[in-house]
Amino acid sequence: MIAYTLRRLLGAIPTLFVIVTLAFFMMRAAPGGPFDTQRKLTPEVERNIKAAYDLDKPLVQQYLIYLGKVAHGDLGPSYKNKDFTVVQLIGTGLPVSARLGLCAMALALLLGTALGAAAALKQNRWEDYSVMALAMLGITIPTFVTAPILTLLLGIYTGWLPVGGWNGGALANMVLPVAVLALPQTAIVARLMRGSMIEVLRANYIRTARAKGLPTHRIVLGHALRAAALPLVSYLGPALAAVLTGSLIVENIFGLPGIGRYFVQGALNRDYTLVLGVVICYAALIIFLNFLTDIAYGLLDPRVRMS
Amino acid sequence: MIATGQTLKSSKGEIKGRSLWVDARHRLMRNRAAVASMIVLGLVAGLAILAPLLSPFAYDEVNYDIIACAPGWWPVQAACTAPGHIFGTDAVGRDLFERVLFGARVSLAVGLVATLVSLIIGVLYGAIAGYAGGRLDGLMMRIVDVLYSLPFIFFVIILMVMFDRNFILLFVAIGAVEWLTMARIVRGQTLSIKQKEFIEAARAAGVGPMGIILRHVIPNVVGPVMVYVTLTVPGVILTESFLSFLGLGIQEPLTSWGVLISDGADQMETAPWMLLFPALFMAVTLFCFNFIGDGLRDALDPKDR
Repeated sequence: MIAYTLRRLLGAIPTLFVIVTLAFFMMRAAPGGPFDTQRKLTPEVERNIKAAYDLDKPLVQQYLIYLGKVAHGDLGPSYKNKDFTVVQLIGTGLPVSARLGLCAMALALLLGTALGAAAALKQNRWEDYSVMALAMLGITIPTFVTAPILTLLLGIYTGWLPVGGWNGGALANMVLPVAVLALPQTAIVARLMRGSMIEVLRANYIRTARAKGLPTHRIVLGHALRAAALPLVSYLGPALAAVLTGSLIVENIFGLPGIGRYFVQGALNRDYTLVLGVVICYAALIIFLNFLTDIAYGLLDPRVRMS
Repeated sequence: MIATGQTLKSSKGEIKGRSLWVDARHRLMRNRAAVASMIVLGLVAGLAILAPLLSPFAYDEVNYDIIACAPGWWPVQAACTAPGHIFGTDAVGRDLFERVLFGARVSLAVGLVATLVSLIIGVLYGAIAGYAGGRLDGLMMRIVDVLYSLPFIFFVIILMVMFDRNFILLFVAIGAVEWLTMARIVRGQTLSIKQKEFIEAARAAGVGPMGIILRHVIPNVVGPVMVYVTLTVPGVILTESFLSFLGLGIQEPLTSWGVLISDGADQMETAPWMLLFPALFMAVTLFCFNFIGDGLRDALDPKDR
């Protein structure tokens, strides 16, 4: 177990290295630079700015300097958000994004498992069909369509919820973004859950439990649900990546101060360090959470061997 | 359910074997959702192709007299109406119907071309890795694993910035990102196919490895690949719209569903039709692709029913 953990953590280093390298050189290959303005700068000013940020050195040298800094946990200063370092910006943005993502994941898992299990118990009846039709809707309609339409209905026409903004993470401000973010994941979880639940309900031990006269709710809660939820654990990794991607859109639409928004702005403004910082942060997060998922899977399912 | 071993009697009385494909087509045609989806998708594609002929207005024809006007039949009282425009007009008075159809052209074209790119890369890569086996296979699949763990949408965004929103490169960039799953599927299939006798026969007859891959392996992975392709197209359309929505994709005056939805979302308080029509077209198209994909999977994979 410890050996496995160590090997996985060591394995993450080359992956992160590849990500940093790819992102660094791709970003630099983009036309334009962080200090391009409408007005042409005088050559002296431009030279001074570039020297201050090491941008006058050869690209490979810049890359090595950057790698050295990253290894020490320093992601450099943001070129566009003056007076802020990238670490500071991520420090303010990450809690917002994390809170949004975790709430959406929790909602999707709870609601998805419940809906999927209910559909499986009522297989091929109207309850099943309506849940599956809803799930199809949730999967096919993209976040950037549901977000404005829900805002239109719940924010503008009825005025029940605020249309955007973070407001320090107030509950009313969280409802719409979290709902929009959770919707597609809820749909996928419900579909997965229905499938595995139907399979589990046919198993011999469920028949045994029925034969010895256990009431349905105890069969479902005590036996079927746990076994059926197991495949969901391996979906957690992809789900998380999807939520992170979705948060790019949601943060932009609702004007939330998360790191997804910094990323899009940074990419448009050629804020090299900010973009790289966010990529590193997201990549590390995804790798770490995938690792946690694998560990959890191994702990929950004794048939899986860590190797 | 149709048993696969059955035979059909043709009119001349001779016994004809039924291929897997004929069987699959029968099953697909009996799937009402899939057939209806194909018809609807055909309609959308037809409208997109015929777009310039269907309206007296051009997609980029600006008219400042009718800015953000509702269509004539709009049930709610609007600030202004433009009776000739069946979907209303946008924020600079362009005909929304034409714009939605031109958006369909771009979105469908991106979907098809990017899927083709991912198909070519994924199938070749997967088939070569699976057929070669051993150390080369291990190395190639290890690369796929590493690429899998990258946060891909970020790379697409950086690629878009890098190519400065070039329209053609958008296709290629998205396609270059979508091939990973395809490669895995094809490799898995190849591993089982290469044990078959006909591969050995080809090798005994002196066919080279590339010849075997192109002539014998790839034609036999068409089934699962086709299913995955129908599911990749909507995925690509989504990615393109996502980029366009963030302002990183298609540029004015050209348009795509993502751009239209983004513009519509800005104006939705005063002009909801600007959001609803493109959103509707896009949702219906994505629905159709998903139903066709599900139908194909059920049709080609009899054990799964």
